[in-house]
Amino acid sequence: MMGWLQRLGSTSLSVFERLGRGNLFLLRVLAALPSLVARPGLVIAQLYSVGVLSMMLIVISGLNVGMVLGLQGYNTLVDFGSEESLGQLVALSLVRELGPVVAALLFAGRAGSALTAEIGLMKATEQLSGMEMMAVDPLKRVIAPRFVAGIISMPLLAAMFSAVGVLGGFFVGVGLLGVDSGAFWSQMQSKVDLYDDILNGVIKSVVFGCVAAWIAVFEGYDAVPNTEGVSRATTRTVVHTAFAVLGLDFILTALMFGDE
Amino acid sequence: MSKNNNDEPIVKIRGLRFAHGARVIFDGVDIDIPRGKITSIMGPSGTGKTTLLKLIGGQLQPTAGSVVVDGEDVNKISRDALFRLRKRMSLLFQTGALFTDLTVFENVAFPLREHTRLPESILRDLVLMKLQAVGLRGARDLLPAELSGGMARRVALARAIALDPMMIMYDEPFTGQDPITVGVIMQLIRMLNDTLGLTSIIVSHDVHELTMICDHMYMISGGKVMGHGTPDDMAHSESGWVRQFMAGLPDGPVPFHYPAPDYADDLLAGA
Repeated sequence: MMGWLQRLGSTSLSVFERLGRGNLFLLRVLAALPSLVARPGLVIAQLYSVGVLSMMLIVISGLNVGMVLGLQGYNTLVDFGSEESLGQLVALSLVRELGPVVAALLFAGRAGSALTAEIGLMKATEQLSGMEMMAVDPLKRVIAPRFVAGIISMPLLAAMFSAVGVLGGFFVGVGLLGVDSGAFWSQMQSKVDLYDDILNGVIKSVVFGCVAAWIAVFEGYDAVPNTEGVSRATTRTVVHTAFAVLGLDFILTALMFGDE
Repeated sequence: MSKNNNDEPIVKIRGLRFAHGARVIFDGVDIDIPRGKITSIMGPSGTGKTTLLKLIGGQLQPTAGSVVVDGEDVNKISRDALFRLRKRMSLLFQTGALFTDLTVFENVAFPLREHTRLPESILRDLVLMKLQAVGLRGARDLLPAELSGGMARRVALARAIALDPMMIMYDEPFTGQDPITVGVIMQLIRMLNDTLGLTSIIVSHDVHELTMICDHMYMISGGKVMGHGTPDDMAHSESGWVRQFMAGLPDGPVPFHYPAPDYADDLLAGA
């Protein structure tokens, strides 16, 4: 019993210690952001590796999710004779939930893990220490550009995911299953609200982007500087981002759509 | 370049204490690094030699004592002042710590691009001059993964002299290198020290190489300075420990055997 209590205490302490370290780290990164104004090139280079290189995964996944939504949605709606609402169903599912959430999970797997591994390996091979000894602050030169690139990329990737997903739903619903094309688009147009649906979806993706980028750069910077440490940090990035995104999604959904 | 050109030591360490958790690494260490000379810090593996360099560079904070570099206490000055001081000193890491995504040229250009606004043509000439000094001007377009260990250290050395520092610290520069590379690195350390008017600190346990190039030696073990002086002084030291280390004797004040119960008793105990 005592041993169990001891383990619980020590685990709780280490969790809170890491949370504290993560928050202090975030404050230091935020303080480093103004330095990027003078060097936009650093962010642009990271936008390419974090955002552009994730596009293919996002597009293919979005298309598949949209196609599945179209198929499953049609099968359910057709029983009630309301298959014309397929456009609304596909668009709302993607814009409100699947776009931000699935894009964030994919982002964590593709870009977040890469960011953690890159920063962790830079630490393990003393590149970050070397930078500090050259009087260059790694937070400004390495961490801040990657953090900002993550925050900018996420909403754009989520928007791309939703847009391609709608097209996937259209191909299956209209192209294969014979739903009326005009009804598909007009239902979507009349039922999807710019503020209630699209803006809330964008807010979600911005929040998820901040959290995913923060976790990725923190785990890399905080990694134990050896092979095993970097491997564990990379795994933690994916797992923690998934938990954080799913947990935050519930809270944000309750706040945004709870009173409908 | 150095602010003070007098006979004051460039690095003055007084009463240095440092511990990693419960393990005490330094327990009241005093060290003076003279200007313009090559000083070596020797000691057995795990004795905290690399830690000492990080303490001098202000990357670690001592639990007590002071580290004064060129008149500035690295633990009392602001972060900005510490970064300004670091522009005047370089640390050559054991691994080289080159940026793996940048070419040799860009690695050497890195500190110049970060700290100066030089036109590209002047920056190119400067980088080529630094690479010429280490004999790797022809390797400018290679990536670190394409370099041998010795070449990587030479590139790191070219990067270390990019901002014309007053002092270079070398962390185990000879470890794992073939004899030719060791000779090249030794020659470069001596040549750069003398021609650029630098101060060099070498942390290593390669006694033979160090006695050949250094002007002054410090020997540390168990958190204390065991002895210091010229290589000749050290070779004829009265300390048995220093003599054992310098000659590489397997037994002496540092025993061959790990502490154990009496041998005969131990064998008979199983009978």
